[in-house]
Amino acid sequence: MKAESNLEKVIDAGHFAVTAELGPPMSSAGGVVREKADILRGYADAVNITDCQTAVVRLSSIASAAILLQEGVEPVMQMTVRDRNRIAIQADILGAAALGIKNCLCIAGDHQSFGAAGKLSGHPGAKNVYDIDSIQLLDILRKMRDESVQQGGDPLECPTPLFIGAAWTPMGDPVDFRIVRLAKKVAAGADFIQTQGIYDVKQFADVMEHVRHRGLHEKTAILAGIIVPKSAGMLRYMNASVAGVSVPDELIKRFPKVAKDASPEEKKAARAKSQEIGKQIAVELIEQVREIEGVRGVHIQAIEWEPAVPDIVKAAALLPRPTVAPTDTDAPDPSVDSAS
Amino acid sequence: MIVVKQKEIDWILDRLASFHKVVVLGCGECATVCFGGGEREVEELCCALQLAVQEKDEAAEFHGLTCERVCDWEFVEPFADTLRDADAVLSLACGAGSNLLADKLETVRVIPGVDTIFLGANAGPDRWTEMCAACGDCIIDQTFGICPVARCAKTLMNGPCGGSKDGMCEIRDDVECAWAKIVERARALGRLDELERIIPPKDWSTARDGGQRALERADLGIRRLCTEDLDEG
Repeated sequence: MKAESNLEKVIDAGHFAVTAELGPPMSSAGGVVREKADILRGYADAVNITDCQTAVVRLSSIASAAILLQEGVEPVMQMTVRDRNRIAIQADILGAAALGIKNCLCIAGDHQSFGAAGKLSGHPGAKNVYDIDSIQLLDILRKMRDESVQQGGDPLECPTPLFIGAAWTPMGDPVDFRIVRLAKKVAAGADFIQTQGIYDVKQFADVMEHVRHRGLHEKTAILAGIIVPKSAGMLRYMNASVAGVSVPDELIKRFPKVAKDASPEEKKAARAKSQEIGKQIAVELIEQVREIEGVRGVHIQAIEWEPAVPDIVKAAALLPRPTVAPTDTDAPDPSVDSAS
Repeated sequence: MIVVKQKEIDWILDRLASFHKVVVLGCGECATVCFGGGEREVEELCCALQLAVQEKDEAAEFHGLTCERVCDWEFVEPFADTLRDADAVLSLACGAGSNLLADKLETVRVIPGVDTIFLGANAGPDRWTEMCAACGDCIIDQTFGICPVARCAKTLMNGPCGGSKDGMCEIRDDVECAWAKIVERARALGRLDELERIIPPKDWSTARDGGQRALERADLGIRRLCTEDLDEG
């Protein structure tokens, strides 16, 4: 075992893993993180804490992850290379490990020009750091864990226990290079992968065939990204504007059409109906990606809509989440799994 | 070339408000080529500034001057007396030239009349794009001639992020994805395999991060020749 995190144990024991995303508040209101932890507890093997996603200042991922630990929920701390140089990143990783955080997802981070896709001011004038890239970060963390060494070569007094993750956009351009990108992430040290949101399952299944051809699915645990749709508008936006996400028309058409002059009651009813459809689509996507060989779990993102997660996990028959007993050996015995 | 862009005239007028005698200094090299601060721009700007102050009934005189190369003191020195006689020099040279002026002209204020925006190349009759970040440790042998330091918004060294779409970068419609180009060139050359290698963290000490950089070339023997000339002279 690398870090003995719950997520690692669940994956190692051969269970279909479930992670969910938690967006920290745009304030110091740690209570929000606790409330969201309450919602997600028991419905995911680990909960991802985003690191100022869309380049908007939020309660830090390291502090949010520490709050999750206090709440008895296992965090996956996201770490972008946008805001910190290699000195700050390694110091924060040591701090996170000292606090008991065992999973870290290494990502490039959204460009500072994003500011929540124009909905907020954000900080477009910020200086981006990008001292290292996300693949280099994976390699640094792997060496901090396996070789007890810092990037500059100085020794660490003890290994840094981490289960290391990476993000992957399977259908991003240039498409034929995405496998290479995954292979590099695996070679650099990615123990698990969380993909960009999948809506076109057929296309994703095709890419997974290439993944299996290179044996990458055996070297890393691929968790398919499921972004829970809220409305046709959201899907249309993602299809048009989010790179690497393509949404089949059939999915968009399933949402109710709301006339512009609809009454507030009609709009409210349509919204509620859309939410139900969105959750249903998420469940179907989970069931479909689960059938693809090499997919070892799902990462559910209900953006600013965490209460949707328990319903989805339940409807996808992914409950109860397994509890895997701690083990001293490198090869955990699946028989100790109380849920199997 | 070093690409410059002239500042807004209102900005310039505001910064020059307290000076009476101003030299507008152009540069005959890069600033001329990119239509930001050559002889023509100096003349036009002098006229515009003169008109603007006349309209306000203010008294300030603007004297235009263009050196062959402002970043080389040898070319500026013949005009040094004129420059020192002014209250301020409005420099239309790049930041390198303007800094050199400040180093040399102890008593004269140097005001930038242009923004130095990048090291780039012509990308059309009226367009220039950034090509080099002068990081001091060129790695484009590994990226098929395309620089991810200068041309990727995230300086990614190991491939495109998730924001590459149809060859363009997600940050703006007019920005090409450097990695899409790198992959395209690798593919065309049948060498995609080379991009499987992980490029390690870059040593930024050769870039601006290492402090002001300097280049010394004792091997050229120029200093020795100069000394000999002086001895003989």
